[in-house]
Amino acid sequence: MDMESLLELNQVVKDYGGVKAVDHVSFSVPKSCIVGLLGPNGAGKTSLIRIITGITQADSGKILLHGNNIYKIQDPSIGYMPEERGLYKKMKVGEQLVFLTRLRGLSKEDAERSVVGWMKKFEIESWWNKKIEELSKGMSQKVQFIATVSHRPRLIILDEPFSGLDPINTNLIKEEIIRLKNEGASILFSTHRMEQVEEMCEHIILINKGKVVLNGEVQAVRNEFKENLFEVKVENEFSPAPHPGFEFIPVNVQTFHIRISPQHNSNELLQYMIQQGAVIVSFNELLPSFNEIFIKTVNEKSHE
Amino acid sequence: MNKLGLIISREYLTKVKNWKFILTTLLTPLGFLIFFIVIGIIFSYEGDKKYTIAVINQSEMDLDFPSDNQRFQFVLSSSTLDSLKAQYERSEIDGIWVLPKFSGVEVLDYTCYFYSNKPLDIEHESKLERIMEKSIRHQKIKLLALDENQLKKLDTKVSIDPEPVSATEKDRSAHTIKIATVIGGAMGYVIFFIIFLYGASVMRSVADEKVNRVVELIISSAKPVELMLGKVIGVGLVGLTQILIWLVLLPIIYMVGLQLSGMDVQQLQEASQPMAQQAPMDQEELAVIIREIAGLNWLKIGVVFLLYFLGGYFLYASMFAAIGAATGDDMNDAQSLTIVVTIPILLAIYIMFQAIRLPDSGLAAFASYFPFFSPIVMPALLSFDPPWWKILLSLAILYGFCYAMIWVAGRIYRVGILMYGKKASWKEISKWILRA
Repeated sequence: MDMESLLELNQVVKDYGGVKAVDHVSFSVPKSCIVGLLGPNGAGKTSLIRIITGITQADSGKILLHGNNIYKIQDPSIGYMPEERGLYKKMKVGEQLVFLTRLRGLSKEDAERSVVGWMKKFEIESWWNKKIEELSKGMSQKVQFIATVSHRPRLIILDEPFSGLDPINTNLIKEEIIRLKNEGASILFSTHRMEQVEEMCEHIILINKGKVVLNGEVQAVRNEFKENLFEVKVENEFSPAPHPGFEFIPVNVQTFHIRISPQHNSNELLQYMIQQGAVIVSFNELLPSFNEIFIKTVNEKSHE
Repeated sequence: MNKLGLIISREYLTKVKNWKFILTTLLTPLGFLIFFIVIGIIFSYEGDKKYTIAVINQSEMDLDFPSDNQRFQFVLSSSTLDSLKAQYERSEIDGIWVLPKFSGVEVLDYTCYFYSNKPLDIEHESKLERIMEKSIRHQKIKLLALDENQLKKLDTKVSIDPEPVSATEKDRSAHTIKIATVIGGAMGYVIFFIIFLYGASVMRSVADEKVNRVVELIISSAKPVELMLGKVIGVGLVGLTQILIWLVLLPIIYMVGLQLSGMDVQQLQEASQPMAQQAPMDQEELAVIIREIAGLNWLKIGVVFLLYFLGGYFLYASMFAAIGAATGDDMNDAQSLTIVVTIPILLAIYIMFQAIRLPDSGLAAFASYFPFFSPIVMPALLSFDPPWWKILLSLAILYGFCYAMIWVAGRIYRVGILMYGKKASWKEISKWILRA
């Protein structure tokens, strides 16, 4: 197996009474990497995440963490934030975090040290003796995040981590995710929000109806989906003569989208335009957004 | 500490440190004491009114008025009924009691009349009747020329003292069965109470974790069965703690209560049991009873009681846990599911009362093996000294069944806790059990 991957899934299947929630899924999560798990509602994201976290077991297939069967590892180093957040309402913040951290296999002393560290970092040490029910929603989100990472997991799995978060907490957690990645952890998170994928992920896995339909590095996926489409803005009035290699699509008087045929390249386009009398203001490639890639892939696959 | 230990200690500590637990633990015995004292006072309450009654005695008998005239003041009147009636409104008299002529020993029914605008209450009426019955009895004894002392000799108290046939059997006193019934009933009742109270607490605790959604986080680090058993054991320990505290507190509060109320033990007992008009127990009888209680095989009773307590608690608490896992976000939904658990427990307690009345019946035999009933019924039968093989067989069935029930409950539990939203139907639950 690839020594660089932290988590590896191989032909994982989970059947719920005849419905394949997870259908022969294989992918790997590299070390020190942020991976986005995308898919429409009901695609099987949560089922897959629950299998990786050991909440449910796969019917068949292999799941390896550091090359070992994940179900055989005592306290696999995984941090998990479920989509349905929840903490013991009547328990005090400090007690609760120490309990959850110890449940992940840390000793009492280690757990306390780590929780104190995180609470200082988020500037919430003063909440140690507060009960969860006394906290606001934003406050308990911070506590929930600490509960996910306080045992220093190598693999952090976040199910829709930004849903219901206010902008301040969204930013805080984004920064923490990137910092944890830089410290060597891998983060697998599911989301609907494509701008977050573009902003944070290095790798994406798109699943639909339980199957992986797209899997790869963000840049590679984009290149795969690009249509050689460019946008050029000009200063003057410009009406080019038709050219067999370049398809001009006017957007308005001074903006054009141009599709270049495979035999030509962008330099040739620019040369042709200048020769035709264009005064160029800007030039850039139009890459498909992940939203488009997402919709395109899901629709294609479901019409197959 | 392993995970099960962690879960148990969390469950235990959060419950025990809760102010509600501390309050109910401390106040319940006090509440019971106050309750019984109030009940006693209510029942021992005597009307404070003193009746003044004019008596027109035409019976030609000596009347046998009670010596303490706290409730009645009798005034023998020589006036006629009409003149007394005329004075009634103005005078202090509450009623006019007319005793017609008594015609002799052949009379078996005697009716007298009470004239008043306010009818007598039942208690006072029966007191007057007793007075008259006594007077007539004396009159009849006199007329028949009988000797009062000889009459007393006619009454004999009969009791049956059971004796063993074979030499290996234990000799028992006449009180054995009564003592066994009381102790057995008490033990069955204690187990019933604990299962019901703490089983329901397990259910609430499970449903709470599900509604809070914290359960998903926990079972990503511990096995669902560990979480379920941790809960059952943790709540069980909370229950034991509470009972131990009560065992210590009850006698203290009892003594303090006695001091405060200024009553002595005798008075309190009288106050709390006015209905039981039992003859005062003589010293000898009391000694026999104490000897009998002390002579019971307490080690056997204690050990077996504990085994049934544990088996019964685990059996029912795991069922309660499964139900907690099957409830939806609205915990009130659980009502229709809990019936499955509450009906066998309630049946068990009724069967227990019948079984200690008829310990050799087929019902008692069946219930002492049937695992849903045996934890409550068998301890109740213990003081009847059933043979060891019966106890062991019953325990084996109970623990075997308990193991199976924990397995089934575990399967319902691990699926149920992740099914958010609506309460599960029985059809869904049976699917969860069968699902691999």
